[in-house]
Amino acid sequence: MSEKAYEAGVKEYREKYWTPDYVPLDTDLLACFKVTGQPGVPREEVAAAVAAESSTGTWSTVWSELLTDLEYYKGRCYRIEDVPGDKEGFYAFIAYPLDLFEEGSIVNVLTSLVGNVFGFKALKHLRLEDIRFPIAYIKTCMGPPSGIQVERDKLNKYGRPMLGATIKPKLGLSAKNYGRAVYECLRGGLDLTKDDENVNSQPFMRWQNRFEFVAEAIMKAQEETGERKGHYLNVTAADPEQMYERAEFAKELGMPIIMHDFLTGGFTANTGLAKWCRKNGVLLHIHRAMHAVIDRHPKHGIHFRVLAKCLRLSGGDHLHTGTVVGKLEGDRASTLGFVDQLRESFIPEDRSRGVFFDQDWGSMPGVFAVASGGIHVWHMPALLAIFGDDSVLQFGGGTQGHPWGNAAGAAANRVALEACVKARNQGRELEREGRDILTEAARHSPELAMAMETWKEIKFEFETVDKLDIG
Amino acid sequence: MAANITDKGDYQTLNTLETFSFLPKLTQDEIYEQINYIIAQGWTPSLEHEHPSRAFNHYWTMWKLPFFGETHLATVIEEMEACRRAYPDHHIRVIGYDNYTQCQGAAFVAYEGR
Repeated sequence: MSEKAYEAGVKEYREKYWTPDYVPLDTDLLACFKVTGQPGVPREEVAAAVAAESSTGTWSTVWSELLTDLEYYKGRCYRIEDVPGDKEGFYAFIAYPLDLFEEGSIVNVLTSLVGNVFGFKALKHLRLEDIRFPIAYIKTCMGPPSGIQVERDKLNKYGRPMLGATIKPKLGLSAKNYGRAVYECLRGGLDLTKDDENVNSQPFMRWQNRFEFVAEAIMKAQEETGERKGHYLNVTAADPEQMYERAEFAKELGMPIIMHDFLTGGFTANTGLAKWCRKNGVLLHIHRAMHAVIDRHPKHGIHFRVLAKCLRLSGGDHLHTGTVVGKLEGDRASTLGFVDQLRESFIPEDRSRGVFFDQDWGSMPGVFAVASGGIHVWHMPALLAIFGDDSVLQFGGGTQGHPWGNAAGAAANRVALEACVKARNQGRELEREGRDILTEAARHSPELAMAMETWKEIKFEFETVDKLDIG
Repeated sequence: MAANITDKGDYQTLNTLETFSFLPKLTQDEIYEQINYIIAQGWTPSLEHEHPSRAFNHYWTMWKLPFFGETHLATVIEEMEACRRAYPDHHIRVIGYDNYTQCQGAAFVAYEGR
C-alpha cells in the first residue's frame, strides 16, 4: 500500500491487532487463550498484544513492515469473552492466516503461538486453551502412522478395549528378568506391555538386551496363547540417530509396536519417528512425560487438549490421556473432550467439555486413548463406560501386584474386562451394576476374586486442580 | 512352607481366541444377545469358520457373504447352525462389520471346533 508513510515509534497494539468486526476464514488457524493481564492494562490492549506477539508484531514500528502487506499476514484478536467464575481472566480469540505456518510443522505452529508471547511483561498469566486447525492445514500433516482401525486389524483385537501394563519395577531390572515380567503378563491374558517412560538404555539394562529378551517373551506368549501380543519398546533416545537405530532393531526383531515420549523427545523427533513408523509398518505408542508441567496450572501454560491435537497431527497411534478414576489428575468432562479430539473425525464446539471450536479432522486416522496409572479391577466398569472400546487400559501395579503374580493378575483383568464388555452389550449399566458384574465374573475366576480382595480398599479421591471454567 | 506359597496361584497358560475367551463358554442365549447387540449397532453380521490348527491366521474362511441389511436374529442363527453342520470341527466366529469405521465393531468365537 504505497499511500502509507513510515512513522517511527511505539503504537498501541489494539490499533492494528484488535479487530472485533473480523469474521474468521475457514482457512484461518484459530486459537483461544485464557489471558490474565497486569492490573490497569485494558483487555483489548492485552489481547491485541497477544495476537501481535504471536504473529507479525514487535514492540516498535519498523520501516521494513512497509515492504509487505501486514494486513494479509497479521494475527487478529476478533473476540473477547469473560471466563466464568474468574474475575481477572478473559478469553481472547485470535485468528491467524494459514500462510503464517509451514505446512505439516507442528513445531512451527507451536513456536509461533506459544513462543515469546508467554513471557510478555504485560501478562500475568497466559494459557492456550484450544486451537482450531483448519482442514487445509490438517491435510498437510501425516498424522498417526496406522490409526485405530489398522491397529485393530493387525493385532486382531475387536469389540473391546485392549489391555496393557507397564512393567515394574520401572527401573533396575536386568534385561532377562524384565523379559520374564513381560512374558508372564502376556501369557496371562494382556494384549500389550510397556516400557516405563524412563526406561531408555541405562547401565542396568541396555536397549539391545532388553529388545532381544522382550522379543523372545512376545514370540513365546503368542505361540502359547494363540493371540497376538506386543510390547511398546521405548526408542526415546538422546539423539535422533540413536532413536532410529533402536526403531530399526525393533523392526528387525519383528516387533509390532515401539514407543516415544513426545514432549521430552520433542515434536521434531516425534514427527520424524511417526513417518518412519508409517514407512515401516510399525505401530507407535506415545507417552506424555512433562505434560503436567505444561498443562496443569489453570491459568498458565497449554491445556492438554491442545497437546493432544498436536500429537494427532505430529503422529502417534496411542496417547496417554489419564484415567479419570486413578491416581493421576483428570476431570471427567474435560478428559472426554480431548479423547474425542484423538478419535473422532468431527467434534463440535462444546464448552461443557472445554471444546472451544468445531474441529474437522477430515480423514486423519484416530489415536487410541490410553488410560494408565493407579487403576485396578474395581475400576474396570467405570473405565469401559468412560473410554469405550477404542482405548488401551493399562494396569501396571494392578496386574503385577497380584498376590499370585503377573499371569494371574493379567487373567484377572482380562476376565473383568470381558465380563464388563459382555454386560454392556447385553444392555446393563456398567457404572451402576459394576459390583454385581465383577462379583458374578469372579465366581468363575479365582484370579479375579483374589484381585478384588487385594484392591478393595484403594481409592484416589482428591480434588482436581485444573477444573473446567464454570461459573 | 513360606507364607507366599499357597495351594493356589500356579496359573496355567490358556490357548484362547480373543474377545470373551476368558469367560465361561457363552450359552446359546448369550450368543444370541451378542448378535442382537451387533444388529442393534447397525453393523452387518457375518460368520467365519476355520480349523483350530489355522486359528492364528488373520483370514478365516467366510461362511457365504456378510449378511448385508439383515436385521433378524433368526436368520443369523439359521446360518450359524448351517455353518456348524457343514464344519463341525471348525471354530465359528461371529463378526459385526462397521462400514463407518471400516473395521469390525465386534468379533467373538461362538463355537469352538475340536
